Amino acid sequence: MNGSGEPLLEVTDLVKHFPIKRGILIDREVDQVRAVDGISFTVNRGETLGLVGESGSGKSTACRAVLQLIKPTSGSVKFEGREIAGLGRRQMRPLRREMQMIFQDPYASLNPRKRVGQIVGDPLKRQGLASGSDLRRQVQELLERVGLASEHYNRFPHEFSGGQRQRIGIARALATKPKLVICDEPVSALDVSIQAQIVNLLDDLQDELGLTYLFVAHDIGVVRHISDRIAVMHDGKIVEQGTADEVCERPRDEYTKKLLAAVPVPDPRESRERRERAGSPK
Amino acid sequence: MSAAPILSVRDLRVGFATEGGLLQAVDRVSFDLSPGEVLAIVGESGSGKSVTAQTMIGLTRSKNARIEGSAKLDGEELLEADDAMMRRLRGERIGMVFQDPMTSFNPVYRIGNQIIEAIRAHEDVDKKQARQRVVELFDSVGIPNAANRVDNYPHEFSGGMRQRAMIAMALALAPEVLIADEPTTALDVTIQAQILRLLEQLNRERGLATILITHDLGVVAEVADRVLVMYAGKVVEEGTLDEIFYDPQHPYTWGLMGSLTRIDRPRPHRLPQIAGSPPSLLDLPKGCPFRPRCPHEFSKCPEYPGLEARLPEAPSHRDRCWLTPEQKREKRQVEGQIGLEAPAS
Repeated sequence: MNGSGEPLLEVTDLVKHFPIKRGILIDREVDQVRAVDGISFTVNRGETLGLVGESGSGKSTACRAVLQLIKPTSGSVKFEGREIAGLGRRQMRPLRREMQMIFQDPYASLNPRKRVGQIVGDPLKRQGLASGSDLRRQVQELLERVGLASEHYNRFPHEFSGGQRQRIGIARALATKPKLVICDEPVSALDVSIQAQIVNLLDDLQDELGLTYLFVAHDIGVVRHISDRIAVMHDGKIVEQGTADEVCERPRDEYTKKLLAAVPVPDPRESRERRERAGSPK
Repeated sequence: MSAAPILSVRDLRVGFATEGGLLQAVDRVSFDLSPGEVLAIVGESGSGKSVTAQTMIGLTRSKNARIEGSAKLDGEELLEADDAMMRRLRGERIGMVFQDPMTSFNPVYRIGNQIIEAIRAHEDVDKKQARQRVVELFDSVGIPNAANRVDNYPHEFSGGMRQRAMIAMALALAPEVLIADEPTTALDVTIQAQILRLLEQLNRERGLATILITHDLGVVAEVADRVLVMYAGKVVEEGTLDEIFYDPQHPYTWGLMGSLTRIDRPRPHRLPQIAGSPPSLLDLPKGCPFRPRCPHEFSKCPEYPGLEARLPEAPSHRDRCWLTPEQKREKRQVEGQIGLEAPAS
């Protein structure tokens, strides 16, 4: 089990509502979509908190609101004890190097016109952390660290497979030596055999670099494997929170139970038994 | 499954002429499919599983495609059917459900009308009768309030409902064979479970023969009767559901099973992983294409083994690996993969 028990990220009563507007000349707010409806959680240094939920549960909106990519409606987000909710772009900029993100789609999240070296090196350059030959050396080290070769520096994203592209995305996220990495569905677009490689890589990097992860995914199996603790989101709220094994083995909330029961078990005998219990024998 | 096969595929080869040379997407694939049976084709992207299924209904025909072998539906050769015949077969005898319910319907037409149009293209019924049929179909696939929902546009349906509508359309002409290409991959697990139950019910009640294409072994375990595992265009292992899960013979199958996360088991410290990535079909290694990723490679592997039954007790369980069954059992144990326990019965 990872984590020193000291909180790195504290989210309290975070709310993000999107207004639904009607009207021709004068927009009236007629209703709200309560995408994130008062969630609270803490991520301790060095640990992984898994945020699991189905599409529309608000997990991606929650990530964006935490990173201040969208302005939260209300609530508090503290990073290393400092309130960041409502900070402007300029005020957030120095904090960006501490909080990075890995995206779901390795095909859409890398600029196809840029070379790998540039993609990975850009955050370093923009944050003024490295330049010239030092930049190149750092990028090549990063590429090797995520399981690519330093010769890949001059290649374009299209020359890589999905799994390799995700490694590039990880290298880019790690370039500024962040403390917190938010992984938004990092493996769900990948083939199963590649998923395991990326999950193991994220595990290794956490051990080596002492990273803290907020790992967001719909696949509760993957979330449970990588997380120390899990929070289950449903309709904008966190319905259950606990250690990974607690939530998966002894779920208390009805929705969590439903979610777990729906996960297909890759074992025909157990799957048959489960169907018989549910009253639909094959 | 003792019934005579409705679909018989023999030595199917599908190649595409590309700038980089001939890309052999499917190489000598054979299988039989009987009424009421679910055959799962499992593999990663690029393994040829979708191309195999699409070729059955003529979707891979093009100037640069080279299609060889035979695929017979009830004795009728599909690979030689002309376009008019193929149009009639599609829908009427072979229905198809695609992965992405978001793009499978035309967004500017009402869902009901799209299905009515499909029915009337094949059968001489008036609009009213066709519409009534769609309402019944919607009912049978579990779309609530069917009589009103037929007049909705695709964007008014959720992902799960759209996939149900897709299945309703595929079943509209009561086909004997259903090809479901990753039918639940884009859906949430709770919706996936409902769709799988629905497919299973259709199999049982209508005797529908189904080809289920997926990369998710969990889904396979829930619905399949037999399994083909494909790698780089070839079948590397085939057998009954229990044979594949409890006595897998090919190291690639072991790898696929090992890399799954399971919520019903204590979690391993590390996920077993398959090293490397699938080979380019334009630049296949000599012999077994899994060789560069296989931890058990040895001197015989540069020669590719045929798909053969290697277990005397299981003549329908075939694989392409040179290791002896004893070696396989031993190596599988060392790897600590699942599939070690004997079947329950």
